[in-house]
Amino acid sequence: MNWFDKLHETFIVGERYKWLLEGFLNTIIITLGALLIGVVIGAIIAVAKYFCEGNKKLRFVNWICDLYTTVIRGIPVTVLLLVFFYIVLVSSEGITVAIITFGINSGAYMAELIRSGINAVDKGQMEAARSLGLSKFQAMYKIIFPQAIKNILPAIGNECIALLKETSVAGYVAIVDLTRAATNIRNKTFDAVNPILVLALIYLVLVVLMTKLLAVFEKRLRKSDGR
Amino acid sequence: MEKSTIISVKNLQKKFNDNAVLKGVSIDIKKGDVVCVIGASGSGKSTFLRCLNMLETPTGGNIVFDGVDLTDDKTDLNLHRQKMGMVFQQFNLFPHMTILENLTCAPVMLKKATKEEAEKKAKELLARVGLADRADAYPNQLSGGQKQRVAIVRALCMEPDVMLFDEPTSALDPEMVGEVLDVMRELASEGMTMVVVTHEMGFAREVSNRVVFLDDGVIAEEGTPAEVFGAPKCERLQNFLAKVL
Repeated sequence: MNWFDKLHETFIVGERYKWLLEGFLNTIIITLGALLIGVVIGAIIAVAKYFCEGNKKLRFVNWICDLYTTVIRGIPVTVLLLVFFYIVLVSSEGITVAIITFGINSGAYMAELIRSGINAVDKGQMEAARSLGLSKFQAMYKIIFPQAIKNILPAIGNECIALLKETSVAGYVAIVDLTRAATNIRNKTFDAVNPILVLALIYLVLVVLMTKLLAVFEKRLRKSDGR
Repeated sequence: MEKSTIISVKNLQKKFNDNAVLKGVSIDIKKGDVVCVIGASGSGKSTFLRCLNMLETPTGGNIVFDGVDLTDDKTDLNLHRQKMGMVFQQFNLFPHMTILENLTCAPVMLKKATKEEAEKKAKELLARVGLADRADAYPNQLSGGQKQRVAIVRALCMEPDVMLFDEPTSALDPEMVGEVLDVMRELASEGMTMVVVTHEMGFAREVSNRVVFLDDGVIAEEGTPAEVFGAPKCERLQNFLAKVL
């Protein structure tokens, strides 16, 4: 049997490529959902910390934010997934649990990223905005945040890629993501090689596409750097 | 005719931790005044100016602007800052916005004007400082002198009652100082109330009607340019002028 026959038998017979397709869709859904949650959580925490810095009355907000990043960053995402699946969100559907878990996990990293982006914006920007009469919040929203995001876009890209690849552990809690689908095919066909190769290739292509997409974004944001 | 007081500063103090920078500054600034604040570096000039619109929170004393005490916790600072334009040494234009967006952002956001009105006004003012053709450029595409002229226009777009200048020409190449001073001179001739921290003694002498010499956190001498530059009384001022003139 040549290699093409083997491929045919592994993926086409029994329409097993559809398993991969289903897993692929789930991986994408989990990644995008988690990304959304991660960015929102990250932005909220970063901005909250920025506003609470040096404010004695709001020190507890700072404390809560620190606790969150410490706990989440201190636990491997696989363990976190188990915690959410078996302890916290027991009755929820697997995909939902995965989106929430990866989102909360990513949020901790995003928070630190966005915070560093905010801190990198020149102090004079906030002063200029305030001197015009903008409130602290308006200045953050309109002046500081857009510049911060631009500063950290490459790092956010890294985080996205890491997130996509991290979702490959979703199979631990019986979610059929891309990796799990490939494993299922392996178990069914006893073909150990091809599902893994195809799996690796799909992830690689996804990451390359993501990198390209980010480059387009970055280029658009760099418009104001021109001379 | 007696001009009305617009900013009244009483016993203003500012400490950074244990370091007292302002040790009780009192001054009344009247409508139409052009007050130049001079002094050696570290004398508290910039801190004084930044206290006027509460970018630095004073640790003592009062600042009454338009009859409202800005140091009162209950005062809505954002509202009063709209009436006090500020120009910074480092321009602080918003780099991610075009010049036009820089100028219209605050008026539109604070509902002082519709987008169309704000753009019309911004373009008029830009034309007056000779930058009408740069409306769609980004700050990074401008020279230092152009940036500072835009920064002045940005403050003017809010139609302030007072303009504060924090060493507006200190970060500029020498050949660009003139273009910025020209704009400020024109502003002064139109009757704008201005407080200018500056090292440009020529400008202070020619344009201002009052000169304040800050030394070690207090006003060491104050008077008309003729008095301060022509017949300085205190020794510190004499020494200072001997060095800078």
